[in-house]
Amino acid sequence: MKKLFVFIILIALASMLYPLLDTFHGNDKLSELAQFYAQKDNVTKVNSQNLVTAVVVTYRGLDTLGEVTILFLAAAIIAFFLKTESEKRTLRKNSEIFKTAAKMLVPIITMVGIYIFINGHLTPGGGFQGGAVIASGVILMLLAFPNMEFSHKFFESLESVSGLVYVGLAALGAIIGLGFLDNAILPLGKFGELFSAGAIPVIYSFVGLKVGAELSNILNKFKSVQAEN
Amino acid sequence: MEYITITTGFLIIFAGLWAIMTRKNIIRIIIGFSLFDTGIHIVMVSMAYVKGGVAPILDKKELLTDTANKIVDPVPQALVLTAIVIGLGVTALMLAYAMKLHSEKKSLDIESFKDLKW
Repeated sequence: MKKLFVFIILIALASMLYPLLDTFHGNDKLSELAQFYAQKDNVTKVNSQNLVTAVVVTYRGLDTLGEVTILFLAAAIIAFFLKTESEKRTLRKNSEIFKTAAKMLVPIITMVGIYIFINGHLTPGGGFQGGAVIASGVILMLLAFPNMEFSHKFFESLESVSGLVYVGLAALGAIIGLGFLDNAILPLGKFGELFSAGAIPVIYSFVGLKVGAELSNILNKFKSVQAEN
Repeated sequence: MEYITITTGFLIIFAGLWAIMTRKNIIRIIIGFSLFDTGIHIVMVSMAYVKGGVAPILDKKELLTDTANKIVDPVPQALVLTAIVIGLGVTALMLAYAMKLHSEKKSLDIESFKDLKW
């Protein structure tokens, strides 16, 4: 009976969404907004090879600021929600292979994460992706060495400092540049090189550090609560 | 070609919804939410596809002239980037609630939480 209701709801939703699929024929040209972003003089004005990064960090940078705030809020609620108690659980010993592999892989994973966010304006990638890769290195560390104590202080201060630098750079754009999050406060450089696109790589690096620290903090919270059970 | 991705997106959305409505284990419900999220992202990106367009990364000389006719729309991609991160935050929050619920009743079965049911 219950399955039938679920089925009816899904069919109703499918019939609601079907026109969307039916009227979709693929686009023949860009939307007007994207055409504005892809104009020659706008591309050279931002000087970022990756247009998605230009949209995320410069044109719609305020969205990114809100996004970082939401992530911070989620981390804060989790920290508030999962109060830690110092009680030890019995753990199965990890195998030697796993531990050695983790020791070898974590620096490489962190390096890949840093590479991804530094090159965010040139290749697919950016602060959020790089931060997530760094956090995946942290989760490997947590699985391999469950008894290791992470420094909450370090991650928290790294996160706050990067957040402050991000907002500071954005405000600097409003003071000496053309507006909030203007990337032309640093020299624009040559198109397609690492030191190009003005403040975008700097901002994205700090976003990456902030996201990495935040996600590591969340994972750490999950781990320390598990120790209770 | 553009139909394959959009249809896949819709199928993933319905798989997620089905999981949310029929599964009993809280972790599986959360996985359903994640699937729902992912499906919507795929639909959004595939809606922005422009026929014959390449990714909006101008790493070749020939892309620099007449850019607007050669690339796909970067705006929904940026939007989806935002949505993925927010989805991650929401998933982490749901998992935290699931942990709290588990420590309360020692069970992850949604049927054992009847406190608000009348």
